[in-house]
Amino acid sequence: MATSTSLRPIDERELVRVITEAAESATPLEIAGAGSKRIVGHPMQTSATISTRAMRGITLYEPTEMVMSARAGTPVAQIEMELADRGQMLAFEPADLGPLLGEDAAQATIGGVFATNTSGSRRVAVGGARDHLLGVRAVNGRGEAFKSGGRVMKNVTGYDLCRGLSGSWGTLAVMTEVTFKVLPRPEETTTLVILGLDDEIAVEVLCTAMSSPYEVSGAVHLQAPLASRLEHSALGAQGRSVTALRLENFAKSVAYRGSRLKDELKAYGAIEDLDAANSLAFWGELRRLSVLADSERPVWRVSTTPTAGPKVVAAIAADMECHAFYDWSGGLIWAEVLPASDAGAADIRRVVATHGGHATLVRATPEVRSAVEVFQPMAVGVDVLSRRLKAAFDPAGILNPGRMYRGM
Amino acid sequence: MSLALPEPDHAVVRQRDAIVADLRRLVPHDVVIDDEEGRRAYETDALTAYRRLPLAVALPRSTEEVSRLLRYCHANDIKVVPRGAGTSLSGGALPAEDALVIGVSRMNRVLDVDVMNRTATAEVGITNLGISDAVKPRGFFYAPDPSSQLACTLAGNLGMNSGGAHCLKYGVTTNNVLGAKLVLMSGEIVDIGGAELDAAGYDLLGLLIGSEGQFGIVTEATVRILRSPEGARPMLLGFGSSEAASKCVSAIIAAGIIPVAIEYMDKPAIQVCEAFAKAGYPTDVEALLIVEVEGSAEEISDLLESVSAIAKQFNPSVMRVSQSEEESAAIWRGRKSAFGAIGRISDYYCMDGTIPLGRLGEVLQSISAICSKHGVRVANIFHAGDGNLHPLILYDANDEAQAERAEQAGAEVLELCVKVGGCLTGEHGVGIEKRDLMPVQFSPVDLAMQMRIKTVFDPKWLLNAAKVFPLSGREAARESV
Repeated sequence: MATSTSLRPIDERELVRVITEAAESATPLEIAGAGSKRIVGHPMQTSATISTRAMRGITLYEPTEMVMSARAGTPVAQIEMELADRGQMLAFEPADLGPLLGEDAAQATIGGVFATNTSGSRRVAVGGARDHLLGVRAVNGRGEAFKSGGRVMKNVTGYDLCRGLSGSWGTLAVMTEVTFKVLPRPEETTTLVILGLDDEIAVEVLCTAMSSPYEVSGAVHLQAPLASRLEHSALGAQGRSVTALRLENFAKSVAYRGSRLKDELKAYGAIEDLDAANSLAFWGELRRLSVLADSERPVWRVSTTPTAGPKVVAAIAADMECHAFYDWSGGLIWAEVLPASDAGAADIRRVVATHGGHATLVRATPEVRSAVEVFQPMAVGVDVLSRRLKAAFDPAGILNPGRMYRGM
Repeated sequence: MSLALPEPDHAVVRQRDAIVADLRRLVPHDVVIDDEEGRRAYETDALTAYRRLPLAVALPRSTEEVSRLLRYCHANDIKVVPRGAGTSLSGGALPAEDALVIGVSRMNRVLDVDVMNRTATAEVGITNLGISDAVKPRGFFYAPDPSSQLACTLAGNLGMNSGGAHCLKYGVTTNNVLGAKLVLMSGEIVDIGGAELDAAGYDLLGLLIGSEGQFGIVTEATVRILRSPEGARPMLLGFGSSEAASKCVSAIIAAGIIPVAIEYMDKPAIQVCEAFAKAGYPTDVEALLIVEVEGSAEEISDLLESVSAIAKQFNPSVMRVSQSEEESAAIWRGRKSAFGAIGRISDYYCMDGTIPLGRLGEVLQSISAICSKHGVRVANIFHAGDGNLHPLILYDANDEAQAERAEQAGAEVLELCVKVGGCLTGEHGVGIEKRDLMPVQFSPVDLAMQMRIKTVFDPKWLLNAAKVFPLSGREAARESV
């Protein structure tokens, strides 16, 4: 990364000044929070890095309205501590990509989470980061500060720029403050585990459970090679695949729903329970993606329909060695593959073209990330709209230029 | 009525016969309606105070026909107003004399139901309830449930990002849609999103939903469907004051209980709805909450017991759990027919501001003060769990002065919502109704940023162009893209 200067504006006004100057001189900028996900994307040639880290602090928290506002550079860890004190949480449990990307855990900022639309296992039940974002203040590539949305749950006043900025990876605007929905922490958590299922059957179990009325809040399957890396000793030492379903609610409900679900799934094999402490440890590990850390092999993130998930993985495995962790009932696949000059991009993109969905190369060497498309290439019509959208926010093309797509 | 509508392009209006003839060369003859009686049916929507006879109306049967119509209008600079069922309360489907209305009502087929992946794909002319009906035999439902769900279309729901009574738990339209087939004004057909939970690249779908028909015409969409709960049951809580009722709502949420719905009605609303629907509402309370929870029979009774224990702290005069399916249906029928019921006794403006829940008590008092200052009555009925208010300001449409006072009172109510930290519209959309109030909530830069996105999708500003943004101050944003 050819970055020379690092800037940490302390407020929106300073950020406006910095971006206005950069826009006038067409100076490309890297936009970051704590930088825990900065290697995702094409390597960029930028003259300076703007970090939101100095803009931090919770600015509003109303537990009875289930709403919080925080400056973009506020660490997620701080936000979650504050919420836990009042028995609440970020329901979309943003995955911590730090360890996977060779950074420390628990560094991410709340702005970074929304800018990258990073969600965790509970996304399948309650929606993703994008669905929880209620309001945003940001500075676009013209150096203009603007807002969208607000602090209330229902708001259709004007266009929905909150969704527009979610997942734009800092290429449209720099968020300075976000307002989001929070939810009560469940009283009780339990996990049902089945060992040794193959992918196809496992996803059938996940989909069956998700189609039950029992409000399953996590549905995952780890192939045996990844399951064996679990820190959770009882599960990691089995040498078998792990298929797991999470139930969260008031204690009586969890007990009732667990027994009903076990009954409905008994044909698939022995079902073990993890108690609350073990459940929290297990899902915490998944949230940190710890089974994919401590390796330099390329990692792909594939999003598809759940029933297509095992087909996608089987097709990739026919071309290269591949270990998969299925989340979101099978619709989100974290796939670790053997190093190759294109990290398997040609084959993997062909597979998702066949089965539907899209693939992002989350971890790879800078050389590989320079050589291949990191984000899923867009169809022509979407490509045209996306480039026009980029130009509307950032006409000089100075914010994270080329990070997602070349030339924008 | 005080809202200005742009002067129609008379050259286009004069060309009407030629334009209709051209359109009929592109699509089957019966797609285009040009006789006055036929057009008259499309002159307004649920904001009936405003009416304009459209240039012509087209009711295409396929995406391809929509594309041909739009391509022609684009090439000939003819404005287009998209239309679902015409149930917009904000004038979102109000036509213009120089605009072609393109209605999607004939495109209403269910294309696919995928139970394992929990999605359904349908043409957007399907009614909101039609989606749920299609998946009900499999034990599923489509979550967003606007009160007009019997009539309103998925098309309109996408345009306005519609909510409903049950979105406290399930979210609004944007949280429940995965993909859309969009026809741009140029006629180009673009697939946005897909069937997976997150889309690649920018969240164009998120931008599209709630864009009030200004970005293009969606013809098909893939939505999430959810497994129906084992059961659901409402209870009624009656209070002696709005203050007590609103404190009760906050206390329920503070206890970590998220009921699937918490609805509020004040005395005038209760009395009208009860007379209309015979729902069994207590008519002698100042404020009524309908609290609904879901789950197994035992879970429901546990939850309602917890809710009751919380409610008791606020001295309810009525606490009654529905005892049967019929009673539950009647309770919801009363709530969902509220607008219609009130419409039988009076003309009204339905406001739709959202406020932070903690300000509910004081806001209700201020609304009442604003309305009495203007000499109009008000009935309040709304989604209390998420602070989305629906004050219905009653007036007599035959009394022009009173109608204007009602409109003025409405504007003041919405300004109040923004002032306390809320917004102009929670689920009905801006349309023409709140167009001129947009600067109350947004700065010129905020609005310019939004208008540039309009230009991204519709560079000529031909789609539903008289809506959402104040008519003055548009040029700068359009030129600066």
